Amino acid sequence: MTDHRNDELLRRLLGPAAPEVGCETCFDELDRYVEVELTGRDPETVVPGLGAHLDGCPACREEHDSLRALLAAE
Amino acid sequence: MRPVTAASLTPHLMADPPADEPAAPAPARAELDPASRAWVASLRAGAPDRDAAIARLHDLLLRGARFEAGRRRDSLRFLRPGELDDIAREAADDALLAVLRHLDDFRGLSRFTTWAYKFALLEAAVKLRKRSWQDREVPVEAGAWEAVPGAGDPAHAAEFGDLLRAVRQTMDTALTPHQRRVLVALALQGVPIDVLADRLSTTRGALYKTLHDARRRLRRELAAAGYDLDLGREAP
Repeated sequence: MTDHRNDELLRRLLGPAAPEVGCETCFDELDRYVEVELTGRDPETVVPGLGAHLDGCPACREEHDSLRALLAAE
Repeated sequence: MRPVTAASLTPHLMADPPADEPAAPAPARAELDPASRAWVASLRAGAPDRDAAIARLHDLLLRGARFEAGRRRDSLRFLRPGELDDIAREAADDALLAVLRHLDDFRGLSRFTTWAYKFALLEAAVKLRKRSWQDREVPVEAGAWEAVPGAGDPAHAAEFGDLLRAVRQTMDTALTPHQRRVLVALALQGVPIDVLADRLSTTRGALYKTLHDARRRLRRELAAAGYDLDLGREAP
């Protein structure tokens, strides 16, 4: 097992170090967060803790990535 | 499109927030852009304008749900012909109910279409994750570590790493059985959170709260034992 794979497993087990919002707040703010991201601004300034949640929650990360990809494709 | 007879958002996400959740952002509202204002006005209008707006909204949501289905197509090749699109349609129907129910919650902080799309993506993603696990048992906790290369094999102990070994030990000593079960299933065995929530008769938000509390407990214990937990940022 490589160090890289160890680190990936550790991230999944330990989650983000920074304070994070929960799934419900993530969903509430996701549209605003993605639109800010797509303008090139730092979305953490408008929704602090959402980026940390995306690092810790694969399901919310998938939905974020889908919304971003969908808007970018339009 | 199913008739709009009831408005209920499947409570996929409901839960208390994580304990360290930053202060909830103020429920600010912004002046709606003209296109968003037109959407909201037409959805609040009387028939037949409202009916036409609902049909347009359903088209939009179906586009979002199909987009999500398309992103997952490769991992769902076992579905029967047409099933993927059936699921997308069902997701669009459910998203339509959710959007109409939550119309008053739209704050204008994004475009209306962006706000609506997220309901379609959520509904489609949840349904497709569940469908992909429909015929699979959630693995039992016992033996989960043995599937991790190096974790149960003394010959590879050096490669497994001190911190990972300490995490495994601390999971056994510091977590409640429920916390351990949730952490093992989600982080070690890769069970999707919606699937586990379904099997445990709870919600994604409640399960994430359990996961969050378990991770915080692990971090506290390991930091107290002197471990450096700076893992860097997850690669995008």
